[in-house]
Amino acid sequence: MEGQDTYSIFRAFADSWMLLAMFVFFIGVVVWAFRPGSNAVHKDTANIPFRHEDKPAGDGDTPGAQ
Amino acid sequence: MWDYFKLVVFGLLAVLTLYLASEARDLAYLVAALIGFLSAVVAFIVTLRQMGGELAPKTGYMDGPVRIGVILTAFWGVVGFLVGTWIAFQLAFPQLNFGWAEGYLNFGRLRPLHTSAVIFAFGGTGLLATSFYVVQRTTGARLWNDSLAWFVFWGYQITILLAATGYVLGATQGKEYAEFEWYVDWWLTIVWVGYLLLYMGTLMKRKEPHIYVANWFYLSFIITIAMLHVVNNLSIPVSLFGSKSVQVFAGVQDAMTQWWYGHNAVGFFLTAGFLGMMYYFVPKQAERPVFSYKLSIIHFWALIFIYIWAGPHHLHYTALPDWASTLGMVFSVILWMPSWGGMINGLMTLSGAWDKLRTDPVIRMMVVSVGFYGMSTFEGPMMSIKAVNSLSHYTDWTIGHVHSGALGWNGMITFGALYFLFPRLWNKTGLYSLRLVSWHFWLATIGIVLYAASMWVTGIMEGLMWREVDAQGFLVNSFADTVAAKFPMYVVRGTGGILYLTGAIIMAYNLWMTVVRAPAARPATAAAPAE
Repeated sequence: MEGQDTYSIFRAFADSWMLLAMFVFFIGVVVWAFRPGSNAVHKDTANIPFRHEDKPAGDGDTPGAQ
Repeated sequence: MWDYFKLVVFGLLAVLTLYLASEARDLAYLVAALIGFLSAVVAFIVTLRQMGGELAPKTGYMDGPVRIGVILTAFWGVVGFLVGTWIAFQLAFPQLNFGWAEGYLNFGRLRPLHTSAVIFAFGGTGLLATSFYVVQRTTGARLWNDSLAWFVFWGYQITILLAATGYVLGATQGKEYAEFEWYVDWWLTIVWVGYLLLYMGTLMKRKEPHIYVANWFYLSFIITIAMLHVVNNLSIPVSLFGSKSVQVFAGVQDAMTQWWYGHNAVGFFLTAGFLGMMYYFVPKQAERPVFSYKLSIIHFWALIFIYIWAGPHHLHYTALPDWASTLGMVFSVILWMPSWGGMINGLMTLSGAWDKLRTDPVIRMMVVSVGFYGMSTFEGPMMSIKAVNSLSHYTDWTIGHVHSGALGWNGMITFGALYFLFPRLWNKTGLYSLRLVSWHFWLATIGIVLYAASMWVTGIMEGLMWREVDAQGFLVNSFADTVAAKFPMYVVRGTGGILYLTGAIIMAYNLWMTVVRAPAARPATAAAPAE
């Protein structure tokens, strides 16, 4: 790396480690979406638009809320 | 106490903007300063009149900005389509660039007015209003801060006025879809940071443990637009009292920055933001949850990871390095997959409820919108391939492509959202007339078909004429030959615009009548939450 200009350093980093990091992150997201037990969570989340049409949720009366 | 502070700020702003107006070096800047002055005065008076009054309890959802927002969305839509139709006919009949209006209302001045009016005024106000509505309903929480919500909403409208007056009076930095000059850029940055804080604040106080996917799309739209806007508008004003500024980047770097911005404005403003609409309003109107929540997660991450690289396809065969343009092309082609994943997700949400297509013109509008999303996200990657691009670039095919996306996808999904929102926001049993929605639907659809089809024909013809050489290797056609050959298609395109505009005017009438005539759903006292 010694003596290289900024462009070359950035370029080398971008198409090696950064590319790898982003690819791993993306694959991680996909794997995470398909993790065991995610079906129930996703079913619950997908129904959020049908819960609070008229007024904000009061504390503790939301299905699924802590 | 807080009100006194606001009064002081608005008062100081009024004085400051008046001083800027007195020092203004050009007309566009003078008008901008006066708009700022009037806005500050109005804000001052409104704050003053509300002082000392009883504080309304801040309960329920904050729908004030949403109500004004949906009205303005319809208004800006009609204005933007009108200007678009007008400039379409200016291209067909150059006499419409009147001599007396030269330098103000000729095509060159009105074109950025049209693009900004439809993208930023119609689309942007629609995104602002629907995002305020959706984030509250999907978090079960009121907007984080009332004053901030009003600031973001009106601040954005001021941006639109500053930009629009600037274009007509000649203040432009010449960057497509980022034409407004430095002072508008600075103002929009402030407003946008407010928007981000408001959205994040509301998400933080959510009552649902999970953040619904529509919010992911809206949030990525807000964050990415902030990043794109700041980087693409790095410029140094020539004078603090004038509208002219000089870009920091130059040459091919500037071009690359511009199209990194330009394409991601398409990707995150016109796609991610409107996908936020799709993921809320399509399930609501179909009365069933989204087809696959897993697919929506993958759609989101794939879209944002890939879109950001696609910009260089706007600069094929230019001074841009070959590797960069190939990278843009490859990512554009890959982008086809997440786009169609999203389209399938939207369409399949209707599975088991396809009969609604027959009975509900609003859902028909949304389905056609998602269909156009699919079509233009196939056409785009195809046009980004270098061999295709060498034919299509600089021709009207590009304009046709943009409009099948903008009129078909963005327009139709926004119309669907407006038809969904008006009865709910004004507590009505339903729309004034579903027949008028059907009329709007068919006028808009036929209008888009006329537009896209004529632009395909003229674009490909243009591309072929430009590259035609005779046996000696000389070009056969001059540029003016292609202009003359395009005339019939330009008339067809303008006719499509008239149909689309007529549909939007019918919508505006229908929505207006919904507010004043449609029967109320419940006693108004129980329904309209205090602001």
